[in-house]
Amino acid sequence: MSNLYQEKNIVLSVKDLIIKFELRGRVLTAIRNISLDLYKGESLAIVGESGSGKSVFTKSFMGLLDSNGWIDQGSILYDNKDLSKFKREKEWLDLRGSRIAMVFQDPMTSLNPLKTIGRQVQEAIELHQGLKGKEAKSKAIEYLIDVGIAMPEKRFKQYPHEFSGGMRQRVVIAIAVACNPEILICDEPTTALDVTIQAQILNLLKAMQKKYKLTIVYITHDLGVVANVADRIAVMYAGDIIEIGTAHEIFYNPQHPYTWALLSSLPQLGVKGEDLFAIQGTPPNLFKDIEGDAFAPRNPHALKIDFLMRPPYFKLSETHKAKTWLLHPKAPEVKKAEVLLNLKENMEEYRHV
Amino acid sequence: MSKEILLEVKNLSVDFGRGKKAFRAVDDVSFNIYKGETFGLVGESGSGKTTIGRAIVRINEASEGEIRFQGRKISGKLSRDEDRFVTERVQMIFQDPMASLNERAKVDYIVSEGLYNIKGFKSEKERKEKVEKALLDVGLLPEFASRFPHEFSGGQRQRIGIARTLVMEPELIIADEPISALDVSIRAQVLNILSLLKKTKSLTYLFVAHDLSVVRFITDRIAVIHKGKIVEMAESEELFKMPMHPYTKSLLSAIPLPDPIAESKKKLYVYDPNIHEYDLDPPKWVEIKPEHFVLANKKEVEMYKVAYAQGG
Repeated sequence: MSNLYQEKNIVLSVKDLIIKFELRGRVLTAIRNISLDLYKGESLAIVGESGSGKSVFTKSFMGLLDSNGWIDQGSILYDNKDLSKFKREKEWLDLRGSRIAMVFQDPMTSLNPLKTIGRQVQEAIELHQGLKGKEAKSKAIEYLIDVGIAMPEKRFKQYPHEFSGGMRQRVVIAIAVACNPEILICDEPTTALDVTIQAQILNLLKAMQKKYKLTIVYITHDLGVVANVADRIAVMYAGDIIEIGTAHEIFYNPQHPYTWALLSSLPQLGVKGEDLFAIQGTPPNLFKDIEGDAFAPRNPHALKIDFLMRPPYFKLSETHKAKTWLLHPKAPEVKKAEVLLNLKENMEEYRHV
Repeated sequence: MSKEILLEVKNLSVDFGRGKKAFRAVDDVSFNIYKGETFGLVGESGSGKTTIGRAIVRINEASEGEIRFQGRKISGKLSRDEDRFVTERVQMIFQDPMASLNERAKVDYIVSEGLYNIKGFKSEKERKEKVEKALLDVGLLPEFASRFPHEFSGGQRQRIGIARTLVMEPELIIADEPISALDVSIRAQVLNILSLLKKTKSLTYLFVAHDLSVVRFITDRIAVIHKGKIVEMAESEELFKMPMHPYTKSLLSAIPLPDPIAESKKKLYVYDPNIHEYDLDPPKWVEIKPEHFVLANKKEVEMYKVAYAQGG
């Protein structure tokens, strides 16, 4: 098995994963049979609405599912181990941080307010790199410099409340990287931040990825944000990856009507004075079994078969596949929205900057 | 077309704290909002943009300067009648629909709370009708009135937030980051509702936001605010075509583009306030082109004019 992985350079491989939760006596299927390979050194963005299961999916790589949730079926292969079979907390402890680390959405709540930020970075180094005392401290300062914190010696002794949101997120990133992980999962790392800071943090993550040879998984609801950072994009809807491809394929040649909808609803593509494209309806109820294409009830292009049978993946290229019956040879041709066909021209307005 | 000034903000300053600890959040800000337009106020967190909005509805007190609505002063000490005058005409939509609705009240009460305050109805029947209409206007069902906020999604909750301003039949709505806490797909719905209401109810908006891509889409004019000072103000298209102030440029460069090729070529511009040499030559509020204002000193004005000529 291991040989096969090395050839393809797969670091983590998810197969037929189904995750369920029990809520007030009822069972909800949050992840509906996902398979995904994560390649070494890539950055993969997982994009979807709230409730699409994007956070649950990645939390299962770290054993962070809430106690009422469980992996019902499938496997998560990492480092020749099947993470889905992990039972005890101890097994996860060897993995969390040191192999797979996570940056959370809100830097306001993910740092300990009672400890200096230096202490918190140093802690990670002592725990995961085996350094102690002065050595650990100077290493911690190195990481603070790495993430762009000015006057690191002074800042080392300060508490989280003395930092702005963007600076705190930099500290959180420093802590995550100080664990020396192979995979870094960033769960909405910039959603709580200003646009200007968002751009800086994304650039920082890119730089850190290069320097520390990280494999990064971004989770976001905003397709507009990831064009800059993602090599590949997986679009999630109702607990399933409905389209996956390289960033170029997803932005310039999207195939699933849901991906079209997500793209067209971006205000960057909106035409002034006209309505912005809005997705009608609400995501499906995951307590019920979903028949056919989960997006069909909200899809203006839905075919009859969309309500009856779940579409398989249709392969468009080695890297690009989508789950929509529209790609079936017998499907009628559907025209994409104008804004998507002319995406590059639409961006002209911003080009001068 | 002559423009009627609806709201006039003149030399507004807002201080927090007193004496040595005083912090000036808004510093000598002036602008007009014309009837029927959407005016955007854009800046980062801590720039004072929200404080300006809150000063207009008198949540924060103005320390200096004044605010006029239809020519009548609405800042400082107001009599009861004046107070009611503002409440009836100026309403606010808050940023986080998860935090801004009373969890223990039913939608019916949340939407009519403003009406109770101004006694804006003659009979219970009239109040019910008004609530029903406001809910319909934002695309919610009248039956929702008997439910509690926790039964709704983020987008629906923000619509309830809009409904409770609409029920007052205001002329000016201050929308403080009304969509930043929402998912992208729901943002579009709320933005569309706001533009539709503007048309059907002839509303005027003050739209406060940090994201220029949203603001470009919805506003007619934009003021860019940095550390309590407005640094540039122009019509939206003009501002995008011809940004002058370096801070505006940095905001523009930070807009994420849904286009990987453009993104890979894009240079992020970070604003450094130290580039200005304002010690000897302090900046002034200059109209560099008709309706296009920028905060600049003499040297910069020359520079901007040259840049303008080259760009245009």
